[in-house]
Amino acid sequence: MENLDIARNHLLAPTGLSDEDINKALSEALGGSIDAADLYFQSTTRESWSLDDGIVKDASFNLEHGVGVRAMSGDKTGFAYSDDIAMSALLESSRAARSIAKSTGVNEMQSWRVQTGHTLYTPDNPLSVLNENEKMDLLRAADTTAREADPRVKQVMVSLVGTHEVILIARSDGTLAADVRPLVRFNVSVIAEQNGRREQGSMGGGGRYDYKEFIASDAANEFSREAVRQALVNLEAKDAPAGNMTVVLGPGWPGVLLHEAIGHGLEGDFNRKGTSAFSDRIGERVASPGVTVVDDGTLPNRRGSLNIDDEGTPTQCTTLIEDGILKGYMQDRLNGQLSKTASTGNGRRESYAHQTMPRMTNTYMLAGDCDPEEILASVDNGFYAVNFGGGQVDITSGKFVFSASEAYMIENGKITYPVKGATLIGDGPDVLTRVGMIGNDLKLDTGVGTCGKEGQSVPVGVGQPTMRIDGITVGGTQA
Amino acid sequence: MSTTLDKTINDESLKSLLSQAVEYARANGADQVEVAASNDKGYSVTARLGEVETVEHHNQRSMGVTVYRGKAKGSASTNIVTAEAINRTIDSALEIAKFTAEDECSGLADAELMAKDYPQLDLDHPWAIEPDQALQQAIRCEEVARDDKRIVNSEGASVSSISTQMVYANSHGFAGEYRGTRHSVSCSVIAGDDKGMQRDYWYSVDRNANNLEDIESVGAMARERTVRRLGGRGMKTCSAPVLFEPTLARSIVGHLFSAISGGALYRQASFLVDSINKQVLPDWLTITEDPHMIGGLGSVPFDNEGVRTQPRKVVENGVLQGYILSSYSARKLGMQTTGNAGGVHNVRMNDSGKSQQELIKAMDKGLLVTELIGHGVNTVTGDYSRGASGFWVENGEIQYPVEEITIAGNLADMFMNIGAIGNDVDGRGNVQCGSILIENMTIAGGS
Repeated sequence: MENLDIARNHLLAPTGLSDEDINKALSEALGGSIDAADLYFQSTTRESWSLDDGIVKDASFNLEHGVGVRAMSGDKTGFAYSDDIAMSALLESSRAARSIAKSTGVNEMQSWRVQTGHTLYTPDNPLSVLNENEKMDLLRAADTTAREADPRVKQVMVSLVGTHEVILIARSDGTLAADVRPLVRFNVSVIAEQNGRREQGSMGGGGRYDYKEFIASDAANEFSREAVRQALVNLEAKDAPAGNMTVVLGPGWPGVLLHEAIGHGLEGDFNRKGTSAFSDRIGERVASPGVTVVDDGTLPNRRGSLNIDDEGTPTQCTTLIEDGILKGYMQDRLNGQLSKTASTGNGRRESYAHQTMPRMTNTYMLAGDCDPEEILASVDNGFYAVNFGGGQVDITSGKFVFSASEAYMIENGKITYPVKGATLIGDGPDVLTRVGMIGNDLKLDTGVGTCGKEGQSVPVGVGQPTMRIDGITVGGTQA
Repeated sequence: MSTTLDKTINDESLKSLLSQAVEYARANGADQVEVAASNDKGYSVTARLGEVETVEHHNQRSMGVTVYRGKAKGSASTNIVTAEAINRTIDSALEIAKFTAEDECSGLADAELMAKDYPQLDLDHPWAIEPDQALQQAIRCEEVARDDKRIVNSEGASVSSISTQMVYANSHGFAGEYRGTRHSVSCSVIAGDDKGMQRDYWYSVDRNANNLEDIESVGAMARERTVRRLGGRGMKTCSAPVLFEPTLARSIVGHLFSAISGGALYRQASFLVDSINKQVLPDWLTITEDPHMIGGLGSVPFDNEGVRTQPRKVVENGVLQGYILSSYSARKLGMQTTGNAGGVHNVRMNDSGKSQQELIKAMDKGLLVTELIGHGVNTVTGDYSRGASGFWVENGEIQYPVEEITIAGNLADMFMNIGAIGNDVDGRGNVQCGSILIENMTIAGGS
């Protein structure tokens, strides 16, 4: 109930909107042949501080609010939104959203029922736990650490970003739900130079907690040293190989492979429409025995976690692949209903001005039983990638890429020398069938993922243990 | 949509709100201040499998302010565009500027650079079409796209129409405003055979709906582009010439602009640091920027700092003539702003006078790339490695579709190895160019 009280005070009280008004707006949206309607009230405050060239030269503060109205009829959706949280704007948006309705119907607003969610994070404003000077000190400490770490460090960029978001969801089935979401992020990026050659390294992290966690975890020092280490490794890197080879992926963030290779392809909208390379394949083998992959929105304080999704459904841990067999898709309410299953708590949207879609939360592979050293030792000639940039997938053909930013060659079971970053390309439904060994070192990423789909960005997490893939194409320059 | 919106989309009142904001900031401790606001209104409709799928009404406002106390900067923004909310936003920015460090290079662009009088660029062409009619067009577009047995599914066809108003004011006394429209038609369909599914798309976009490609030809292009991808094969790893379709060639030019942008240069985060007056492209190639192109998708009368934009040559005969600078990055580099706060505007280049067909023939053996995925481009080093699909060319003719491959090289070499640019110019974006032929790249494949 606490979150609901906060949301009412924050979103409704200033404009004088009552539950009765919300009821009226939803009833308006339900006109005609509309099956269901929902309102999404949102208020977001966000700040960012950045250090560049040794000084904290810029910071910004952003405040936004608004309400989105969605009306659904079968697989048709009408959507409108307003940055004005007021009755007239709400009614107008409701009428615009229901314009997809063609006939008259009899659907009525159900009586209110409060849906509570998990308590995975605290509702307190994460921006206000440090004062301005303390925030700037954090940035400056990271700058100093990076510059003192090695004289080859020429540039250091540090940023601190915090968001505090309050949402209230009201649905025509009577569901009333609220969430208050903190999200913070700290990032260090450096450029090192040696004999005229420049390379970069970057490290960051964050989650649904407050800035004090960065002090407790010594993030300014940890992230700085790691960013410098990466840049220095890259200064020594040789050109990457080109062609099909055995690849060992490190634990943690390399799990972006799972996000691209199978995650998107298992989102409910693509499968309901039959446009995914994974459509109609539930029950089939899509991975080696021992491979189990879940999407879990219930991990405390994680960047991809949510107490409730953006439709008011509590998040859950959904098994996508179990021991190599495809088990399930990720659903929002609309696609769940149309597929005759239920929402898995994966209905997400970037903001009130965007439509809900099935999206991932924290997607990761469970640990196996191999020692990571043993996995490396098993490779005669291969590519070992431990850090990655982003990735992308064509869910229809199943082809996906992800780009390594720190990688090494493996020869006779030993890491020999660093190689430049390269893009890896594979086929989603095929790649996990080539998993040869799975490590016992499951790690989640540090909280840096942002997923883009149809122009909408949402924070996500990934993770995996060390893993050997027996054959994937590495896109370097050395043919 | 609402009454408050009608009040603020009115240009005079939004402009006067911003002028009041400048006064408020000056009166409350700002030595300099700039305020920008925008308002987007419109809709997009999508039809899938012959029926309406979504109707989406857009109505988005935003306002941002930057203040300077001496040389210390603070910024704030909001989507609540009322006098009271704007003042609160300015208060936030002023508070931040009490803490940020003084930076000699910060501040507004110099007063004499303001676009005191700016040209009318013919950017505003509202489309008198209701969502229902737009939907009928989308349905027809998709119907044409699906008119082939091999098209087995569809992601739908969309029609969208957006009007934008931009207002900018600063404490030099400059206040400017312009409006523009952007209409588009797009369609994406899926072809299938026993080996799997392939998706491709086509679109048309213009400021004036009368200039949009015919709705049926958008559908037909989407269909043809999708069907031809069926039967894609893997490839053996090799080195070969690569021809980028115009839609992708644009991204190659985009990488050049990222590498010569002020922010990357003053941080030494570019492989083209200190490249001014140096040869970066073949000597037959000249690249121009024309912010004043009539009706251009990238046209703007002034940049994000109120600086008057001007046509110029960025690269002449392969030699870099100027960087992409805002007033801040210019000062960091000891130079003058190029009017590019916010980016480049209508980039064009000379071509080799040959069609794509002729370029394929001239290439003889190599790869025609029609899709790129991933983000494997490093502006610091120039290293380039991206996922690709397209067609293998031999004996000057397309042989078969290829997929699950990567193409790699270093951008500095790729730029110098541009062998030809086609006359098949794609005018649908801010960068307008034809197919680009790069003489040699590494292609990695799994077969």
